[in-house]
Amino acid sequence: MGYTLNFNLIWRHFDKLWGGLLLSLELAVISIAIGIVIGLVLAVWYVSAGRVVRTIIAAYVEFIRNVPLILLVYLVFYGVPTVIDLAYSAPTSFVVTLSVYSGAYLVEVFRSGLEAVPRGQLDAGKAIGLTPWQRLIHVRLPTMLRITLPALSNTFISLFKDTSIASVISVPELTYGAQWINFNTFRIVEVYLVTTAMYLVTGYALLFALRLVERRFRAAR
Amino acid sequence: MATSSSNSPALLEIAEVSKSFGPVAVLRSVSLQVTKGEVVTIIGPSGSGKTTLLRCVNFLESYDSGSIRIDGKEVGYRDSGTRQRRSERDLAAMRAETGMVFQSFNLFPHLTAAGNIMLGLTKVRGKSNAEARSIAEHWLGRVGLAHKADSLPAELSGGQQQRVGIARAVAMEPKILLLDEITSALDPELVGEVLAVVKSLAEDGMTMVMVTHEMAFARDASSRIVFMADGGVSAVGPPKEVLAAETTNERLRTFLARFRASHF
Repeated sequence: MGYTLNFNLIWRHFDKLWGGLLLSLELAVISIAIGIVIGLVLAVWYVSAGRVVRTIIAAYVEFIRNVPLILLVYLVFYGVPTVIDLAYSAPTSFVVTLSVYSGAYLVEVFRSGLEAVPRGQLDAGKAIGLTPWQRLIHVRLPTMLRITLPALSNTFISLFKDTSIASVISVPELTYGAQWINFNTFRIVEVYLVTTAMYLVTGYALLFALRLVERRFRAAR
Repeated sequence: MATSSSNSPALLEIAEVSKSFGPVAVLRSVSLQVTKGEVVTIIGPSGSGKTTLLRCVNFLESYDSGSIRIDGKEVGYRDSGTRQRRSERDLAAMRAETGMVFQSFNLFPHLTAAGNIMLGLTKVRGKSNAEARSIAEHWLGRVGLAHKADSLPAELSGGQQQRVGIARAVAMEPKILLLDEITSALDPELVGEVLAVVKSLAEDGMTMVMVTHEMAFARDASSRIVFMADGGVSAVGPPKEVLAAETTNERLRTFLARFRASHF
């Protein structure tokens, strides 16, 4: 193997990767935030709703979970504007897609968490005279959060990695930056080594931060 | 069987309450009156409907027919007589009139001992945080846990958790306290500390309805004992009468005999 690693060209274009990473994080944070709202609302609705609503929510979840994200990205970016007269940028399109996508996964996480809250705690909430809304806010959600935090952390990391799919519609996030450097320098091994390291370090940092939150929730509060 | 309930109006009036889970009748026309300050203990074999009856009193369980009134007010259904379930808001308000202590403690795990007690005081009774905190500290002191106010349930022993559970219920100043096998999940050496708290509440005149397997405690602390079998009230009266070994009630005699055999 006569290949010699040469990172010089990578460092010269490192701003593409650094800027890309920041955009990746931005896409993930915004999409997850919207996804949390979608997931919480639908999960709370699901556990208290009748069959029709449950079926509709389940259909949404199943649809999203059984279609590859890349297809959804194409569908929203190329498909929707063709059918209805609506123009939006690639990043916006991707945030919409990833929000709806993460929402479906988070509904499942939150729903199973809500259903795992021990019945006795809800009884205790009823017994002291809390209204259904108060029981949700002060009893069910806090306990659900503690139960779901580990699963939630894993979902968040997953969704952060999923932002790499945005490169297929030319959103200049980290993977797109890597491709750009590759096309312009042909240092394929180096650029993907560095990019991999960047995903890895960021992913681990996120996981570490989330585990700290988990521990805080378990111990101090 | 005629008791103090004949001369003062009943605080709790259970009248011909029946309930089935599918084809299984768990309560068969149960009637029971409890006057203010009474301590009524319900005993009976498992599956006799004791816990279900208790859970009907604060409408954690609905019932199919009959009525349950506290201070003359129907608990779960509107007074119109149409058996229309109360709104969740009304139910919450009705439930705030009773306190309940559970077999499995059921403390809120994310709240401290004081926080558990304060939740109902602030959200249901509308008290300020400072006021609720001082009430919580008062009751924690009463159950001997003043030093554990800021401990989480996970940091407390079973007996301590249950005492917080009692404090949480009585801090709301309920008209009636419902105790559902509150020592059944405890290690034997922790039972005493919990029963001591119940005893001191009884001495304060707290009206209580409890389900228990602690016969000695039932005998010492109760004004009346109700023996339930097959979803109905089989015997009721002062402890000395009901727990007498020479009772003529066949089911009760079998129950007591089996009970003595397994506990002594």
